[in-house]
Amino acid sequence: MTSASVEIRPSNRPKNVLQKVSIPWIVVFTHMFVILLLPLAALLLRAIVLNPAQFWALATTPIALSTYNITFGTAIVAAIVNMLMGTLTAWVLVRYEFPGKRFLDGIVDLPFALPTAVAGVTLATVYNQSGWLGQFFAPFGIQIAFSRVGVAIAMVFVSLPFVVRTVQPVLQEIEPTIEEAAWSLGASRFATFWKVILPPIIPAILTGTAQAFARAVGEFGSVVLVAANIPFQDLIAPVLVFQRLEGADIPGATVIGLVLLLISLILLLIINLLQAWGRRYDA
Amino acid sequence: MTLNLETHAPIGEREIHPQDSREWAKIGLILLVFAFFTVILIVPVIYVFVGAFSNGLPGFLGTLSSRPFLNALRLTLMAVAVAVPLNVIFGLCAALVIARKSFRGRTFLLSVIDLPFSISPVVAGLMLVSLYGRQGLLNPVLQAIDLRIIFSFPGIALATILGGMPFVAREVIPVLEEIGDEEEEAAKTLGASGWQTFWRVTLPSIRWALVYGIILTTARAMGEFGSIAIVSSNLIGRTQTLTLFVDSSYRNYDSQGAFATAVVLAGLAALTLVIKQVLEHLYAQRHRVK
Repeated sequence: MTSASVEIRPSNRPKNVLQKVSIPWIVVFTHMFVILLLPLAALLLRAIVLNPAQFWALATTPIALSTYNITFGTAIVAAIVNMLMGTLTAWVLVRYEFPGKRFLDGIVDLPFALPTAVAGVTLATVYNQSGWLGQFFAPFGIQIAFSRVGVAIAMVFVSLPFVVRTVQPVLQEIEPTIEEAAWSLGASRFATFWKVILPPIIPAILTGTAQAFARAVGEFGSVVLVAANIPFQDLIAPVLVFQRLEGADIPGATVIGLVLLLISLILLLIINLLQAWGRRYDA
Repeated sequence: MTLNLETHAPIGEREIHPQDSREWAKIGLILLVFAFFTVILIVPVIYVFVGAFSNGLPGFLGTLSSRPFLNALRLTLMAVAVAVPLNVIFGLCAALVIARKSFRGRTFLLSVIDLPFSISPVVAGLMLVSLYGRQGLLNPVLQAIDLRIIFSFPGIALATILGGMPFVAREVIPVLEEIGDEEEEAAKTLGASGWQTFWRVTLPSIRWALVYGIILTTARAMGEFGSIAIVSSNLIGRTQTLTLFVDSSYRNYDSQGAFATAVVLAGLAALTLVIKQVLEHLYAQRHRVK
Protein backbone atom coordinates (compact mmCIF):
# COMPACT_ATOMS: atom_id res chain seq x y z
CA MET A 1 0.00 0.00 0.00
CA THR A 2 2.59 2.51 1.10
CA SER A 3 4.95 1.56 -1.68
CA ALA A 4 2.20 2.03 -4.24
CA SER A 5 1.35 5.52 -3.04
CA VAL A 6 5.02 6.43 -2.99
CA GLU A 7 5.27 5.29 -6.59
CA ILE A 8 2.34 7.42 -7.70
CA ARG A 9 3.35 10.61 -5.96
CA PRO A 10 6.73 11.24 -7.56
CA SER A 11 5.34 10.68 -11.04
CA ASN A 12 2.45 13.01 -10.34
CA ARG A 13 4.31 15.86 -8.74
CA PRO A 14 6.80 16.86 -11.42
CA LYS A 15 4.03 16.64 -14.00
CA ASN A 16 1.94 19.15 -12.05
CA VAL A 17 4.83 21.55 -11.74
CA LEU A 18 5.58 21.17 -15.44
CA GLN A 19 1.95 21.79 -16.30
CA LYS A 20 1.97 25.01 -14.33
CA VAL A 21 4.91 26.43 -16.26
CA SER A 22 3.85 24.89 -19.56
CA ILE A 23 4.31 26.55 -22.94
CA PRO A 24 0.95 28.40 -22.84
CA TRP A 25 1.91 30.06 -19.56
CA ILE A 26 5.27 31.17 -20.92
CA VAL A 27 3.67 32.58 -24.07
CA VAL A 28 0.93 34.38 -22.12
CA PHE A 29 3.30 36.03 -19.69
CA THR A 30 5.97 36.96 -22.22
CA HIS A 31 3.46 38.51 -24.59
CA MET A 32 1.57 40.32 -21.83
CA PHE A 33 4.79 41.55 -20.25
CA VAL A 34 6.42 42.89 -23.41
CA ILE A 35 3.36 44.29 -25.13
CA LEU A 36 1.24 45.57 -22.26
CA LEU A 37 2.79 45.54 -18.80
CA LEU A 38 6.22 46.96 -19.58
CA PRO A 39 4.85 50.00 -21.48
CA LEU A 40 2.21 50.45 -18.76
CA ALA A 41 4.89 50.39 -16.07
CA ALA A 42 6.94 52.92 -18.05
CA LEU A 43 3.99 55.32 -18.13
CA LEU A 44 3.38 54.90 -14.39
CA LEU A 45 7.09 55.37 -13.58
CA ARG A 46 7.26 58.56 -15.58
CA ALA A 47 4.31 59.95 -13.66
CA ILE A 48 5.80 58.96 -10.30
CA VAL A 49 8.90 61.04 -11.05
CA LEU A 50 6.73 64.14 -10.80
CA ASN A 51 5.95 65.22 -7.25
CA PRO A 52 2.28 65.18 -6.25
CA ALA A 53 1.96 68.97 -6.29
CA GLN A 54 3.36 69.15 -9.82
CA PHE A 55 1.14 66.28 -10.87
CA TRP A 56 -1.95 67.96 -9.45
CA ALA A 57 -1.07 71.27 -11.08
CA LEU A 58 -0.64 69.65 -14.49
CA ALA A 59 -3.78 67.52 -14.12
CA THR A 60 -5.97 70.48 -13.20
CA THR A 61 -4.94 73.25 -15.57
CA PRO A 62 -8.01 75.11 -16.88
CA ILE A 63 -7.60 73.50 -20.30
CA ALA A 64 -7.31 70.04 -18.79
CA LEU A 65 -10.40 70.58 -16.61
CA SER A 66 -12.41 71.77 -19.59
CA THR A 67 -11.37 68.69 -21.61
CA TYR A 68 -12.54 66.35 -18.82
CA ASN A 69 -15.78 68.26 -18.69
CA ILE A 70 -16.32 68.03 -22.45
CA THR A 71 -15.15 64.41 -22.70
CA PHE A 72 -17.44 63.18 -19.91
CA GLY A 73 -20.42 65.36 -20.71
CA THR A 74 -20.41 64.27 -24.33
CA ALA A 75 -19.63 60.62 -23.54
CA ILE A 76 -22.54 60.48 -21.08
CA VAL A 77 -24.91 61.87 -23.71
CA ALA A 78 -23.57 59.36 -26.27
CA ALA A 79 -23.89 56.47 -23.80
CA ILE A 80 -27.51 57.41 -22.99
CA VAL A 81 -28.40 57.65 -26.68
CA ASN A 82 -26.82 54.22 -27.19
CA MET A 83 -28.59 52.82 -24.15
CA LEU A 84 -32.02 53.84 -25.43
CA MET A 85 -31.52 53.20 -29.14
CA GLY A 86 -29.41 50.08 -28.55
CA THR A 87 -32.05 48.48 -26.33
CA LEU A 88 -34.75 49.44 -28.82
CA THR A 89 -32.71 48.00 -31.71
CA ALA A 90 -32.15 44.74 -29.83
CA TRP A 91 -35.89 44.58 -29.07
CA VAL A 92 -36.87 45.18 -32.68
CA LEU A 93 -34.36 42.59 -33.93
CA VAL A 94 -35.47 39.91 -31.46
CA ARG A 95 -39.23 40.39 -31.43
CA TYR A 96 -40.28 41.59 -34.84
CA GLU A 97 -40.19 40.28 -38.38
CA PHE A 98 -39.81 42.95 -41.05
CA PRO A 99 -38.13 43.46 -44.42
CA GLY A 100 -34.48 44.46 -44.03
CA LYS A 101 -34.09 42.74 -40.69
CA ARG A 102 -31.07 40.69 -41.74
CA PHE A 103 -29.51 43.80 -43.26
CA LEU A 104 -29.99 45.72 -40.01
CA ASP A 105 -28.60 42.86 -37.96
CA GLY A 106 -25.60 42.70 -40.29
CA ILE A 107 -24.67 46.38 -40.21
CA VAL A 108 -24.90 46.76 -36.42
CA ASP A 109 -21.26 45.60 -36.15
CA LEU A 110 -20.02 47.90 -38.90
CA PRO A 111 -18.73 50.61 -36.51
CA PHE A 112 -16.41 48.03 -34.92
CA ALA A 113 -15.05 46.86 -38.25
CA LEU A 114 -14.73 50.33 -39.81
CA PRO A 115 -11.49 52.15 -38.92
CA THR A 116 -12.13 55.16 -36.69
CA ALA A 117 -10.21 57.47 -39.04
CA VAL A 118 -12.64 56.53 -41.81
CA ALA A 119 -15.59 57.21 -39.50
CA GLY A 120 -14.14 60.60 -38.58
CA VAL A 121 -13.50 61.72 -42.15
CA THR A 122 -16.97 60.58 -43.21
CA LEU A 123 -18.90 62.13 -40.34
CA ALA A 124 -17.00 65.42 -40.76
CA THR A 125 -18.00 65.53 -44.43
CA VAL A 126 -21.60 64.41 -44.04
CA TYR A 127 -22.33 66.67 -41.07
CA ASN A 128 -20.55 69.88 -42.09
CA GLN A 129 -22.59 72.98 -42.98
CA SER A 130 -22.98 71.95 -46.62
CA GLY A 131 -22.83 68.18 -46.12
CA TRP A 132 -25.64 65.73 -46.93
CA LEU A 133 -27.05 65.82 -43.40
CA GLY A 134 -25.48 69.00 -42.02
CA GLN A 135 -27.28 71.20 -44.54
CA PHE A 136 -30.64 70.42 -42.91
CA PHE A 137 -29.44 71.78 -39.58
CA ALA A 138 -27.46 74.78 -40.85
CA PRO A 139 -30.54 76.98 -41.54
CA PHE A 140 -31.48 76.67 -37.85
CA GLY A 141 -28.01 77.77 -36.81
CA ILE A 142 -27.10 74.29 -35.61
CA GLN A 143 -23.54 73.39 -36.37
CA ILE A 144 -22.86 69.67 -36.03
CA ALA A 145 -19.40 68.92 -37.40
CA PHE A 146 -16.62 70.89 -35.67
CA SER A 147 -18.70 71.28 -32.50
CA ARG A 148 -19.62 69.24 -29.44
CA VAL A 149 -22.66 67.83 -31.24
CA GLY A 150 -20.33 66.32 -33.84
CA VAL A 151 -18.16 64.87 -31.07
CA ALA A 152 -21.25 63.26 -29.54
CA ILE A 153 -22.30 61.80 -32.90
CA ALA A 154 -18.82 60.34 -33.44
CA MET A 155 -18.98 58.80 -29.96
CA VAL A 156 -22.43 57.34 -30.64
CA PHE A 157 -21.15 55.93 -33.93
CA VAL A 158 -18.09 54.14 -32.56
CA SER A 159 -19.89 52.62 -29.57
CA LEU A 160 -23.12 51.73 -31.37
CA PRO A 161 -22.80 47.90 -31.27
CA PHE A 162 -22.15 47.47 -27.52
CA VAL A 163 -25.68 47.76 -26.09
CA VAL A 164 -27.32 45.96 -29.02
CA ARG A 165 -24.97 43.00 -28.79
CA THR A 166 -25.16 42.61 -25.01
CA VAL A 167 -28.96 42.95 -24.77
CA GLN A 168 -29.87 40.88 -27.86
CA PRO A 169 -28.88 37.40 -26.52
CA VAL A 170 -30.50 38.01 -23.12
CA LEU A 171 -33.71 39.18 -24.73
CA GLN A 172 -33.67 36.13 -26.99
CA GLU A 173 -33.70 33.85 -23.97
CA ILE A 174 -36.78 35.39 -22.38
CA GLU A 175 -39.76 33.28 -23.37
CA PRO A 176 -42.56 35.28 -24.95
CA THR A 177 -44.94 33.02 -23.00
CA ILE A 178 -43.97 34.72 -19.72
CA GLU A 179 -44.94 38.02 -21.18
CA GLU A 180 -48.20 36.57 -22.53
CA ALA A 181 -48.93 35.12 -19.11
CA ALA A 182 -48.53 38.54 -17.50
CA TRP A 183 -50.69 40.00 -20.23
CA SER A 184 -53.47 37.45 -19.80
CA LEU A 185 -53.44 37.99 -16.03
CA GLY A 186 -54.49 41.54 -16.78
CA ALA A 187 -51.19 43.44 -16.55
CA SER A 188 -51.06 46.51 -18.73
CA ARG A 189 -48.48 46.63 -21.49
CA PHE A 190 -46.44 49.15 -19.53
CA ALA A 191 -46.57 47.02 -16.38
CA THR A 192 -45.60 43.93 -18.37
CA PHE A 193 -42.57 45.68 -19.80
CA TRP A 194 -41.58 47.26 -16.48
CA LYS A 195 -42.03 44.21 -14.26
CA VAL A 196 -41.45 41.22 -16.55
CA ILE A 197 -39.14 42.14 -19.40
CA LEU A 198 -36.96 44.90 -18.00
CA PRO A 199 -35.54 43.29 -14.81
CA PRO A 200 -33.69 40.40 -16.50
CA ILE A 201 -32.22 42.63 -19.22
CA ILE A 202 -31.12 45.48 -16.93
CA PRO A 203 -27.66 43.99 -16.18
CA ALA A 204 -27.05 43.56 -19.92
CA ILE A 205 -28.24 47.11 -20.67
CA LEU A 206 -25.97 48.55 -17.98
CA THR A 207 -22.98 46.45 -19.06
CA GLY A 208 -23.38 47.53 -22.68
CA THR A 209 -23.88 51.16 -21.66
CA ALA A 210 -20.76 51.11 -19.47
CA GLN A 211 -18.76 49.59 -22.33
CA ALA A 212 -20.11 52.22 -24.71
CA PHE A 213 -19.23 54.95 -22.22
CA ALA A 214 -15.68 53.61 -21.76
CA ARG A 215 -15.19 53.48 -25.51
CA ALA A 216 -16.59 57.01 -25.93
CA VAL A 217 -14.31 58.45 -23.24
CA GLY A 218 -11.20 56.98 -24.87
CA GLU A 219 -12.19 57.57 -28.49
CA PHE A 220 -9.65 59.48 -30.51
CA GLY A 221 -9.61 58.75 -34.25
CA SER A 222 -13.13 59.75 -35.21
CA VAL A 223 -13.37 62.67 -32.78
CA VAL A 224 -10.07 64.30 -33.73
CA LEU A 225 -11.34 64.53 -37.31
CA VAL A 226 -14.94 65.58 -36.64
CA ALA A 227 -14.09 68.20 -34.01
CA ALA A 228 -12.45 71.58 -34.45
CA ASN A 229 -10.26 70.65 -31.44
CA ILE A 230 -10.47 74.15 -29.96
CA PRO A 231 -9.79 74.35 -26.19
CA PHE A 232 -12.90 75.09 -24.06
CA GLN A 233 -15.12 74.37 -27.07
CA ASP A 234 -14.79 70.83 -28.31
CA LEU A 235 -11.32 69.66 -27.29
CA ILE A 236 -11.50 66.25 -25.59
CA ALA A 237 -8.92 64.76 -23.22
CA PRO A 238 -7.44 62.14 -25.60
CA VAL A 239 -6.87 64.82 -28.25
CA LEU A 240 -5.23 67.03 -25.61
CA VAL A 241 -2.80 64.18 -24.84
CA PHE A 242 -2.01 63.95 -28.54
CA GLN A 243 -1.51 67.71 -28.90
CA ARG A 244 0.79 67.83 -25.85
CA LEU A 245 2.90 65.00 -27.26
CA GLU A 246 3.14 66.75 -30.61
CA GLY A 247 4.25 69.89 -28.78
CA ALA A 248 6.89 67.78 -26.97
CA ASP A 249 5.24 68.57 -23.62
CA ILE A 250 5.86 65.10 -22.28
CA PRO A 251 5.02 65.67 -18.58
CA GLY A 252 1.76 67.36 -19.60
CA ALA A 253 0.85 64.46 -21.89
CA THR A 254 1.82 61.87 -19.27
CA VAL A 255 -0.34 63.39 -16.55
CA ILE A 256 -3.49 63.69 -18.68
CA GLY A 257 -2.80 60.23 -20.11
CA LEU A 258 -2.57 58.80 -16.62
CA VAL A 259 -5.85 60.44 -15.61
CA LEU A 260 -7.48 58.81 -18.64
CA LEU A 261 -5.86 55.48 -17.77
CA LEU A 262 -7.19 55.59 -14.19
CA ILE A 263 -10.66 56.38 -15.47
CA SER A 264 -10.59 53.46 -17.90
CA LEU A 265 -9.40 51.14 -15.11
CA ILE A 266 -12.31 52.22 -12.91
CA LEU A 267 -14.73 51.72 -15.81
CA LEU A 268 -13.26 48.26 -16.48
CA LEU A 269 -13.84 47.35 -12.83
CA ILE A 270 -17.45 48.57 -13.03
CA ILE A 271 -18.02 46.58 -16.24
CA ASN A 272 -16.62 43.41 -14.65
CA LEU A 273 -18.86 43.85 -11.62
CA LEU A 274 -21.89 44.43 -13.84
CA GLN A 275 -21.10 41.29 -15.83
CA ALA A 276 -20.76 39.26 -12.63
CA TRP A 277 -24.13 40.65 -11.55
CA GLY A 278 -25.65 39.61 -14.88
CA ARG A 279 -24.36 36.05 -14.46
CA ARG A 280 -25.80 35.85 -10.95
CA TYR A 281 -29.14 36.86 -12.39
CA ASP A 282 -28.76 34.00 -14.84
CA ALA A 283 -28.43 31.37 -12.14
CA MET B 1 -77.43 37.35 -19.27
CA THR B 2 -76.63 41.03 -18.81
CA LEU B 3 -73.81 40.04 -16.50
CA ASN B 4 -72.47 37.75 -19.18
CA LEU B 5 -72.51 40.47 -21.81
CA GLU B 6 -70.75 42.86 -19.50
CA THR B 7 -67.86 40.48 -18.91
CA HIS B 8 -67.64 39.54 -22.53
CA ALA B 9 -67.42 42.98 -24.02
CA PRO B 10 -64.24 44.14 -22.26
CA ILE B 11 -62.45 40.88 -23.03
CA GLY B 12 -63.33 41.16 -26.68
CA GLU B 13 -62.13 44.74 -26.68
CA ARG B 14 -58.97 43.78 -24.89
CA GLU B 15 -58.13 41.19 -27.47
CA ILE B 16 -58.73 43.21 -30.57
CA HIS B 17 -57.86 46.73 -29.59
CA PRO B 18 -54.39 46.15 -28.13
CA GLN B 19 -53.48 43.92 -31.05
CA ASP B 20 -54.21 46.80 -33.38
CA SER B 21 -52.28 49.40 -31.40
CA ARG B 22 -49.48 46.88 -30.96
CA GLU B 23 -49.16 46.65 -34.71
CA TRP B 24 -48.79 50.42 -34.92
CA ALA B 25 -46.29 50.49 -32.07
CA LYS B 26 -44.29 47.81 -33.85
CA ILE B 27 -44.17 49.77 -37.11
CA GLY B 28 -43.30 52.96 -35.23
CA LEU B 29 -40.42 51.32 -33.35
CA ILE B 30 -39.01 49.72 -36.49
CA LEU B 31 -39.15 53.05 -38.32
CA LEU B 32 -37.48 54.80 -35.39
CA VAL B 33 -34.62 52.29 -35.40
CA PHE B 34 -34.19 52.62 -39.16
CA ALA B 35 -34.21 56.43 -38.90
CA PHE B 36 -31.50 56.28 -36.24
CA PHE B 37 -29.34 53.90 -38.28
CA THR B 38 -29.86 55.96 -41.43
CA VAL B 39 -28.65 59.16 -39.82
CA ILE B 40 -25.79 57.70 -37.79
CA LEU B 41 -24.56 54.85 -39.96
CA ILE B 42 -26.11 54.27 -43.38
CA VAL B 43 -25.84 57.76 -44.90
CA PRO B 44 -22.23 58.25 -43.74
CA VAL B 45 -21.20 54.85 -45.12
CA ILE B 46 -22.90 55.55 -48.46
CA TYR B 47 -21.04 58.85 -48.54
CA VAL B 48 -17.69 57.06 -48.29
CA PHE B 49 -18.39 55.51 -51.69
CA VAL B 50 -19.76 58.70 -53.27
CA GLY B 51 -16.72 60.65 -52.05
CA ALA B 52 -14.35 58.04 -53.43
CA PHE B 53 -15.78 58.41 -56.91
CA SER B 54 -16.18 62.21 -56.89
CA ASN B 55 -13.51 62.35 -59.61
CA GLY B 56 -14.94 59.35 -61.37
CA LEU B 57 -13.33 55.97 -61.75
CA PRO B 58 -9.99 57.40 -62.98
CA GLY B 59 -9.66 59.47 -59.80
CA PHE B 60 -10.40 56.41 -57.68
CA LEU B 61 -7.93 54.23 -59.56
CA GLY B 62 -5.41 57.07 -59.57
CA THR B 63 -5.36 57.08 -55.79
CA LEU B 64 -5.11 53.32 -55.59
CA SER B 65 -2.10 53.26 -57.91
CA SER B 66 -0.26 56.21 -56.36
CA ARG B 67 3.05 55.56 -54.62
CA PRO B 68 2.01 56.91 -51.19
CA PHE B 69 -1.08 54.71 -51.20
CA LEU B 70 0.84 51.59 -52.22
CA ASN B 71 3.49 52.25 -49.57
CA ALA B 72 0.79 52.75 -46.93
CA LEU B 73 -0.88 49.51 -48.04
CA ARG B 74 2.43 47.66 -47.82
CA LEU B 75 3.16 49.03 -44.35
CA THR B 76 -0.34 48.14 -43.12
CA LEU B 77 -0.03 44.60 -44.47
CA MET B 78 3.39 44.25 -42.82
CA ALA B 79 1.95 45.36 -39.48
CA VAL B 80 -0.94 42.91 -39.90
CA ALA B 81 1.49 40.11 -40.80
CA VAL B 82 3.44 40.69 -37.59
CA ALA B 83 0.57 41.48 -35.22
CA VAL B 84 -2.04 38.87 -36.15
CA PRO B 85 0.03 35.65 -35.77
CA LEU B 86 1.50 36.83 -32.47
CA ASN B 87 -1.91 37.77 -31.10
CA VAL B 88 -3.44 34.51 -32.29
CA ILE B 89 -0.80 32.43 -30.51
CA PHE B 90 -1.14 34.58 -27.40
CA GLY B 91 -4.93 34.44 -27.51
CA LEU B 92 -4.98 30.65 -27.86
CA CYS B 93 -2.54 30.17 -24.99
CA ALA B 94 -4.42 32.65 -22.80
CA ALA B 95 -7.71 30.89 -23.56
CA LEU B 96 -6.27 27.47 -22.73
CA VAL B 97 -4.82 28.76 -19.48
CA ILE B 98 -7.94 30.63 -18.39
CA ALA B 99 -10.56 28.11 -19.44
CA ARG B 100 -8.72 24.93 -18.45
CA LYS B 101 -6.76 25.76 -15.33
CA SER B 102 -8.18 26.97 -12.08
CA PHE B 103 -5.83 29.22 -10.19
CA ARG B 104 -5.88 32.30 -8.04
CA GLY B 105 -6.13 35.53 -9.92
CA ARG B 106 -7.91 34.01 -12.90
CA THR B 107 -10.41 36.88 -13.06
CA PHE B 108 -7.56 39.32 -12.60
CA LEU B 109 -5.66 37.82 -15.54
CA LEU B 110 -8.79 38.04 -17.65
CA SER B 111 -9.16 41.73 -16.74
CA VAL B 112 -5.53 42.41 -17.67
CA ILE B 113 -6.06 40.75 -21.05
CA ASP B 114 -9.13 42.98 -21.52
CA LEU B 115 -7.19 46.14 -20.71
CA PRO B 116 -6.40 47.11 -24.33
CA PHE B 117 -10.18 47.26 -24.95
CA SER B 118 -10.72 49.94 -22.37
CA ILE B 119 -7.49 51.91 -22.73
CA SER B 120 -7.75 54.87 -25.08
CA PRO B 121 -5.58 54.31 -28.17
CA VAL B 122 -3.86 57.59 -27.36
CA VAL B 123 -2.88 56.27 -23.94
CA ALA B 124 -1.63 53.04 -25.57
CA GLY B 125 0.61 55.12 -27.83
CA LEU B 126 1.74 57.19 -24.86
CA MET B 127 2.69 54.01 -22.99
CA LEU B 128 4.91 52.91 -25.88
CA VAL B 129 6.52 56.37 -26.09
CA SER B 130 7.17 56.29 -22.32
CA LEU B 131 9.12 53.08 -22.79
CA TYR B 132 10.84 53.40 -26.15
CA GLY B 133 10.71 57.14 -26.94
CA ARG B 134 13.60 59.60 -26.95
CA GLN B 135 13.03 60.32 -23.27
CA GLY B 136 11.75 56.84 -22.59
CA LEU B 137 12.97 54.38 -20.00
CA LEU B 138 14.67 52.04 -22.45
CA ASN B 139 16.20 54.79 -24.56
CA PRO B 140 19.79 54.31 -23.29
CA VAL B 141 19.63 50.61 -24.15
CA LEU B 142 18.07 51.27 -27.56
CA GLN B 143 20.74 53.87 -28.39
CA ALA B 144 23.51 51.49 -27.36
CA ILE B 145 22.30 48.81 -29.75
CA ASP B 146 21.25 51.43 -32.34
CA LEU B 147 17.64 50.27 -32.51
CA ARG B 148 14.88 52.67 -33.36
CA ILE B 149 11.36 51.76 -32.30
CA ILE B 150 9.35 54.96 -32.04
CA PHE B 151 8.89 56.76 -35.38
CA SER B 152 9.65 53.57 -37.28
CA PHE B 153 8.13 50.18 -38.12
CA PRO B 154 8.73 48.35 -34.80
CA GLY B 155 6.70 51.01 -32.99
CA ILE B 156 3.85 50.68 -35.50
CA ALA B 157 3.94 46.90 -35.10
CA LEU B 158 3.91 47.12 -31.30
CA ALA B 159 0.95 49.53 -31.35
CA THR B 160 -0.91 47.19 -33.70
CA ILE B 161 -0.24 44.16 -31.49
CA LEU B 162 -1.35 46.06 -28.38
CA GLY B 163 -4.65 47.15 -29.93
CA GLY B 164 -5.63 43.67 -31.09
CA MET B 165 -4.46 41.68 -28.08
CA PRO B 166 -7.76 40.54 -26.48
CA PHE B 167 -9.85 39.45 -29.49
CA VAL B 168 -8.85 35.79 -29.94
CA ALA B 169 -8.87 35.02 -26.21
CA ARG B 170 -12.27 36.74 -25.87
CA GLU B 171 -13.79 34.60 -28.63
CA VAL B 172 -12.23 31.26 -27.69
CA ILE B 173 -12.67 31.29 -23.88
CA PRO B 174 -16.50 30.99 -23.85
CA VAL B 175 -16.41 28.12 -26.38
CA LEU B 176 -13.75 26.24 -24.42
CA GLU B 177 -15.78 26.69 -21.25
CA GLU B 178 -18.96 25.52 -22.94
CA ILE B 179 -17.54 22.32 -24.45
CA GLY B 180 -15.88 21.33 -21.17
CA ASP B 181 -12.73 19.22 -20.88
CA GLU B 182 -14.21 15.71 -20.85
CA GLU B 183 -13.07 14.81 -24.36
CA GLU B 184 -9.60 16.21 -23.68
CA GLU B 185 -9.36 14.19 -20.48
CA ALA B 186 -10.52 11.09 -22.34
CA ALA B 187 -7.85 11.60 -24.99
CA LYS B 188 -5.22 12.03 -22.30
CA THR B 189 -6.22 8.84 -20.48
CA LEU B 190 -6.02 7.01 -23.79
CA GLY B 191 -2.40 8.09 -23.98
CA ALA B 192 -2.46 11.16 -26.22
CA SER B 193 0.24 13.73 -25.58
CA GLY B 194 -0.56 17.37 -24.84
CA TRP B 195 0.10 18.38 -28.44
CA GLN B 196 -1.95 15.52 -29.87
CA THR B 197 -4.85 16.38 -27.61
CA PHE B 198 -4.66 20.01 -28.69
CA TRP B 199 -4.47 19.30 -32.44
CA ARG B 200 -6.97 16.45 -32.62
CA VAL B 201 -9.48 17.28 -29.89
CA THR B 202 -9.33 20.90 -28.76
CA LEU B 203 -8.57 22.72 -32.01
CA PRO B 204 -11.37 21.17 -34.12
CA SER B 205 -13.98 22.12 -31.54
CA ILE B 206 -12.89 25.75 -31.26
CA ARG B 207 -12.08 26.39 -34.90
CA TRP B 208 -15.07 28.65 -35.66
CA ALA B 209 -14.43 30.82 -32.64
CA LEU B 210 -10.75 30.90 -33.53
CA VAL B 211 -11.40 31.97 -37.13
CA TYR B 212 -13.83 34.61 -35.89
CA GLY B 213 -11.21 35.89 -33.45
CA ILE B 214 -8.59 36.01 -36.21
CA ILE B 215 -10.95 38.02 -38.42
CA LEU B 216 -11.62 40.53 -35.65
CA THR B 217 -7.90 40.82 -34.84
CA THR B 218 -7.11 41.43 -38.50
CA ALA B 219 -9.87 44.02 -38.87
CA ARG B 220 -8.63 45.84 -35.79
CA ALA B 221 -5.01 45.67 -36.96
CA MET B 222 -5.89 47.27 -40.30
CA GLY B 223 -7.97 49.97 -38.64
CA GLU B 224 -5.57 50.84 -35.85
CA PHE B 225 -5.11 54.60 -35.83
CA GLY B 226 -4.77 56.58 -32.59
CA SER B 227 -1.81 54.72 -31.13
CA ILE B 228 -0.04 54.56 -34.50
CA ALA B 229 -0.59 58.30 -34.99
CA ILE B 230 1.52 58.77 -31.85
CA VAL B 231 4.31 56.26 -32.45
CA SER B 232 4.72 56.95 -36.17
CA SER B 233 6.52 59.95 -37.62
CA ASN B 234 3.79 59.95 -40.29
CA LEU B 235 6.15 60.46 -43.22
CA ILE B 236 4.32 60.12 -46.53
CA GLY B 237 5.36 56.95 -48.28
CA ARG B 238 7.54 55.79 -45.38
CA THR B 239 5.84 55.51 -42.00
CA GLN B 240 2.24 56.00 -43.05
CA THR B 241 -0.27 53.19 -42.66
CA LEU B 242 -3.60 53.26 -44.52
CA THR B 243 -5.47 54.96 -41.67
CA LEU B 244 -2.75 57.63 -41.35
CA PHE B 245 -2.96 58.06 -45.11
CA VAL B 246 -6.73 58.68 -44.86
CA ASP B 247 -6.10 61.26 -42.15
CA SER B 248 -3.32 63.13 -43.93
CA SER B 249 -5.06 63.10 -47.33
CA TYR B 250 -8.17 64.58 -45.73
CA ARG B 251 -6.17 67.27 -43.94
CA ASN B 252 -4.38 68.15 -47.17
CA TYR B 253 -7.76 68.71 -48.87
CA ASP B 254 -7.39 65.59 -51.00
CA SER B 255 -10.78 64.31 -49.87
CA GLN B 256 -11.17 62.13 -52.96
CA GLY B 257 -7.92 60.33 -52.06
CA ALA B 258 -9.02 60.04 -48.44
CA PHE B 259 -12.35 58.52 -49.45
CA ALA B 260 -10.81 56.18 -52.02
CA THR B 261 -8.58 54.78 -49.29
CA ALA B 262 -11.56 54.74 -46.95
CA VAL B 263 -13.44 52.63 -49.53
CA VAL B 264 -10.64 50.07 -49.47
CA LEU B 265 -10.76 49.96 -45.66
CA ALA B 266 -14.56 49.96 -45.56
CA GLY B 267 -14.60 47.20 -48.18
CA LEU B 268 -12.32 45.09 -46.02
CA ALA B 269 -14.55 45.88 -43.02
CA ALA B 270 -17.65 44.79 -44.96
CA LEU B 271 -15.84 41.64 -46.03
CA THR B 272 -15.07 40.74 -42.39
CA LEU B 273 -18.76 41.21 -41.58
CA VAL B 274 -19.84 38.96 -44.43
CA ILE B 275 -17.38 36.25 -43.39
CA LYS B 276 -18.60 36.64 -39.81
CA GLN B 277 -22.25 36.19 -40.84
CA VAL B 278 -21.37 33.13 -42.94
CA LEU B 279 -19.44 31.61 -40.03
CA GLU B 280 -22.30 32.27 -37.61
CA HIS B 281 -24.69 30.66 -40.06
CA LEU B 282 -22.46 27.59 -40.41
CA TYR B 283 -22.02 27.41 -36.66
CA ALA B 284 -25.77 27.59 -36.05
CA GLN B 285 -26.39 24.84 -38.63
CA ARG B 286 -23.78 22.61 -37.03
CA HIS B 287 -25.37 23.06 -33.64
CA ARG B 288 -28.81 22.27 -34.95
CA VAL B 289 -27.57 19.01 -36.48
CA LYS B 290 -26.13 18.04 -33.11
